[in-house]
Amino acid sequence: MNIPTDLKYTRSHEWVRLEADGTIRIGITDHAQELLGDLVFIELPEPGRELAAEQEAAVVESVKAAADVYAPLAGSVIENNQALADAPELVNQDAYAAWLFRMRPAAVNDLDSLLDAAAYQEIVAAA
Amino acid sequence: MQKTVLNEEHRRRGARMVDFGGWEMPLHYGSQIEEHHAVRRDAGMFDVSHMCAVDVRGSDARAFLRRLLANNVDRLQLHGRALYSTMLNEAGGVIDDLIVYHLADNDFRVVINAATAANDLRWMTARRDEWGLAVTIGARREGADALAMIAVQGPQARQKVWQALPECQSASAALKPFFAASVGDHLIASTGYTGEDGYEITLPAAQAVMLWNRLADAGARPCGLGARDTLRLEAGMNLYGQDMDESVSPLDAGLAWTVDLASPRDFVGKAALLARPQQHRFLGLLLLDRGVLRAHQQVESAHGRGEITSGSFSPTLQQSIALARLPLAAAVGDTVQVGVRDRLLAARVVKPCFVRNGSILV
Repeated sequence: MNIPTDLKYTRSHEWVRLEADGTIRIGITDHAQELLGDLVFIELPEPGRELAAEQEAAVVESVKAAADVYAPLAGSVIENNQALADAPELVNQDAYAAWLFRMRPAAVNDLDSLLDAAAYQEIVAAA
Repeated sequence: MQKTVLNEEHRRRGARMVDFGGWEMPLHYGSQIEEHHAVRRDAGMFDVSHMCAVDVRGSDARAFLRRLLANNVDRLQLHGRALYSTMLNEAGGVIDDLIVYHLADNDFRVVINAATAANDLRWMTARRDEWGLAVTIGARREGADALAMIAVQGPQARQKVWQALPECQSASAALKPFFAASVGDHLIASTGYTGEDGYEITLPAAQAVMLWNRLADAGARPCGLGARDTLRLEAGMNLYGQDMDESVSPLDAGLAWTVDLASPRDFVGKAALLARPQQHRFLGLLLLDRGVLRAHQQVESAHGRGEITSGSFSPTLQQSIALARLPLAAAVGDTVQVGVRDRLLAARVVKPCFVRNGSILV
């Protein structure tokens, strides 16, 4: 199971990377993309959108099913990954390179509430 | 959960297994889309042993099926001929869809869906008893009689089958579409559920692993139920439980062509169909906007509302397609709106066959 130790995670299978400028980058985990199978469409949040923690932010659709992606923290969307519009399969190829959107968290300390790799590993193992 | 005789093979080849109607079946072996393309461009194979082969035999076998099925089994005069039909309840709802093969005089093979098999068998047995007909109804699931089924589909499917089963080449090469030939204890049928050329092979369960591996060696790619679903959707073929069920008339599910209302023959559900003619048109949708159509999404048209019964992303068209029950006045070429989450997306109404023999038809 590919779960990089330098990232934070959610129970709903998002990964979160804290950038040097205090913003965060969000994607779905390798486990999540494997469960979904071949992705064929991704709906991303528009920059400027304000999100509450655990609010629906994006939708990833595979051939088989649609799944919601949630905001890991409260904050505002500052960028979305346009490369995924024409190539959703990038998420299948490398889930940790293919980020979905960037946010400016309302409070960076909120990151402490997220899971570390070991805790996320346990959740995946228990599923 | 029930398992087919190929279960271990699927796991060995890295399949993601899922529950399908109480059966543990492969969803895909890595990439559903690549498996889909393999069938359109070369050859893929599917374990369809979860489907139930039922032998209907006896001096009244034909009389029984004539009354049981909505399609007319009298179309089966030649040995080996196959017929697609629905089996209806008294209200005209679809209990199941099936293929019946005419193997020999007084000897028919009916192939029914996995999830409906137990209910189908109860229904068939009860009708047989009610009508007092001399027929045996034998599911080929258990023990030494158990059968397995492997579908090999795609433009190169025939070559792969002949390489794996050279003794079957001469008998199967001559088969016209929707026919079957017995070769030893194998039944080779020119039927399928993908819109491509190919065979469905029924054989003793004990021999299935060997055939599966021989077919793999010949280059037939193992494909899961995921690809099977997108292939049948592109081919405009109905899926039981999704596009029709006991609450749906076959006339509203695009299956009027399989219902024989012309002959004087009576069959279960006929009176109900005559009393309640077609209410909907069953047509295809091609999504014009970005997104993915799914079952149960609502369709808004100039003629009223409809509903998607099957929808997905089409790997061949590279856009989303669907099958939908639409108002009777809906027509090919109309533009409709589909409710997808919180927005309306535009789709074009098309004939429900999107792809056939590798070619896009819409």
